[in-house]
Amino acid sequence: MALLQTRGLTARYGDFQALFGVDMELAEGETVAVIGANGAGKTTLMRSISGLLRQAPEMVHYDGRQIGAMAADDIMEAGIAMVPEGRKLFPSLSVEENLLMGCHRRKVKGPWSLDSVYALFPILKERRHAPGTALSGGQQQMVSIGRALMSNPRVLLCDEISLGLAPVVIRDVYAAFPQIRASGASVIVVEQDIGQAMKIADRVYCMMEGRVTLSGRPGDLSREAIHDAYFGANA
Amino acid sequence: MIWVDTVLQGVLLGGLYALFALGLSLVFGIMRLVNLAHGDLIVLAAYLILVLTTLLDLGPFMAALVALPVMFAVGWTLQRLVLNRVLGTDILPPLLVTFGLSVVLQNALQEGFSADSRRIPAGWLETASVPIGPISLGVMPLLTFASAILVTLALQWLFYRTALGRAFRATSDDPATASLMGVKPDAIFAKATGIAMIVVTIAALYLGTRANFDPTTGPARLIYAFEAVIIGGLGSLWGTLAGGIIIGVAQTVGAQINPEWQILAGHIAFLAVLLIRPRGLFPRAFD
Repeated sequence: MALLQTRGLTARYGDFQALFGVDMELAEGETVAVIGANGAGKTTLMRSISGLLRQAPEMVHYDGRQIGAMAADDIMEAGIAMVPEGRKLFPSLSVEENLLMGCHRRKVKGPWSLDSVYALFPILKERRHAPGTALSGGQQQMVSIGRALMSNPRVLLCDEISLGLAPVVIRDVYAAFPQIRASGASVIVVEQDIGQAMKIADRVYCMMEGRVTLSGRPGDLSREAIHDAYFGANA
Repeated sequence: MIWVDTVLQGVLLGGLYALFALGLSLVFGIMRLVNLAHGDLIVLAAYLILVLTTLLDLGPFMAALVALPVMFAVGWTLQRLVLNRVLGTDILPPLLVTFGLSVVLQNALQEGFSADSRRIPAGWLETASVPIGPISLGVMPLLTFASAILVTLALQWLFYRTALGRAFRATSDDPATASLMGVKPDAIFAKATGIAMIVVTIAALYLGTRANFDPTTGPARLIYAFEAVIIGGLGSLWGTLAGGIIIGVAQTVGAQINPEWQILAGHIAFLAVLLIRPRGLFPRAFD
C-alpha cells in the first residue's frame, strides 16, 4: 500500500487552475521523480502535499490519513519534510541554527542528527557558525536538505534542488541521495533535469500543464515517450 | 561638572525610553507589526499595577510581579483574537486596528479611572538617591536603567540562545518556510506579543512610579518609543537601548540649555540620526 498518495488532486490560484486531477503515489522506501517543464504544476503539487496550499482533505492521503486540508506545520509533524524550491534558508540564522529548525517541532529519534548531517555534508560543519545565506548556492542546498532530514522524516519532498546550480555542484548534492535512501526515507524529487532524475528514481512521473502525462520505471520509458510527455507530442 | 550630571541624568532617562521601546521593537522585529496602541498598553499596565497596589495592599514591585502574567495573557489574547487576523502583506489593516485599539483603551480608561492623573506610590524610593562624588543619582532612575539593561540582556538571550528565540527569528524571516519546520506562526506571534507585554509592564512600573500618568499619556510614550526604535535600527534590541539613551541625553542636554527645549531636543536628535543614517544606527543586515 502506498505511503503517500494524491487522488484527483486539483489546485487553483484564483481563476487559474494549476492542477487537473493528479493521481500519484509513493511507496515506503521508494524514490519517485516528478519531471516536467516550467509551469507543468510540479511545485504546486509539492506545495499541495506539504500543506502550503490547502486542498480538499481526500485529495492527499498519507499513512492511512487524509491530509489534504491539514496545515503545513501539522503535516511536517506527521513526518513529511520539504526542501523548498529556492532553498529558503532563514537569513538571520546560522547554518547550525537553520539545521536545528528542522527538528523544532518533530523530535523523532532516527538516523539523522546534527552529527550525521555534518557527516553527510562535511563542509557544513566547517561553516556551521556562518549565516546560512553567506554560503554558496550548493552549500545552501545542502543546508536545506540537511534541515529537512533533521526531523527524521518518513517522506522527503525535494523541490527543484538543482535549480540555479552548476553541474558539478548538482553532482555533489545528488551524491548524498544513496545515503538518504539508505536511511529509510521515501523521497519525491521534483526536477527539470531529466538525466539526474532518471538516475536516482525508482519511478518517474512526467507532468505537463497540470496533468500527469506519463509514468513508469525509468528503464521502461523511451526517450521519445518522455520527450512527448515533457514537451507535448507536437513539440 | 553640571554637564556630566546632565548627561548622566539623560542616560538614566534613556533607560526609561528604552523600556518603552523594547516591547515595540520586539513586536516589530518579529511580525513587522507597528502597534500604535503600545503607549496605551503601557498606561493600561500602569493602571493595573496601581489597582493591585491598592486592592492587594502590595508594594509597586510586588504589584508589578503580579501584573506580569496578567499582561502576558492580555498580549497573548490580543494577538490571537485580533491582531493575527489582520497580519499580512498589507501593513494598513494592523495599523488601523491598533489605532482603533488605542482609542478604545484611552476611552475605557477614562471611563474607569476618570481623566485625573495618578501616580503609583513608591514610598521612600521616590526621593532616595545615591551620591557619587558631587553628583547625586536617584535610586529610581538607576533601577530603571538597570532594568532596561537586564531586559535587553534577557531578550537577547531569549532571541539568540533558546529554541523559542530561534523560532522567533525564523518566523520573522519567512513564516511560510517556518511552518514547513513545524512552527505555527500564529502561536509564535501570540507568544511574542505576550512577552512584549511583560516588557510593557516593567516599563509601566517605572512610568507610574516616576511620573504622573492619565488615560491619555500613552501616545506621547509611543512617540518616544518609536524614535528610540528607529534610531537604533528596526528590530535591533541593543540599538533600541542606544536609541532610548540618545533621546534621553538629547532631552536633558536640551533642557539644560533652555528648559523649553527638552522635548524638542529629543525630536531633533531623532531627525538628525534619521538624516545621517536613515536605516538607524544598528540596522539588521538583511532587511
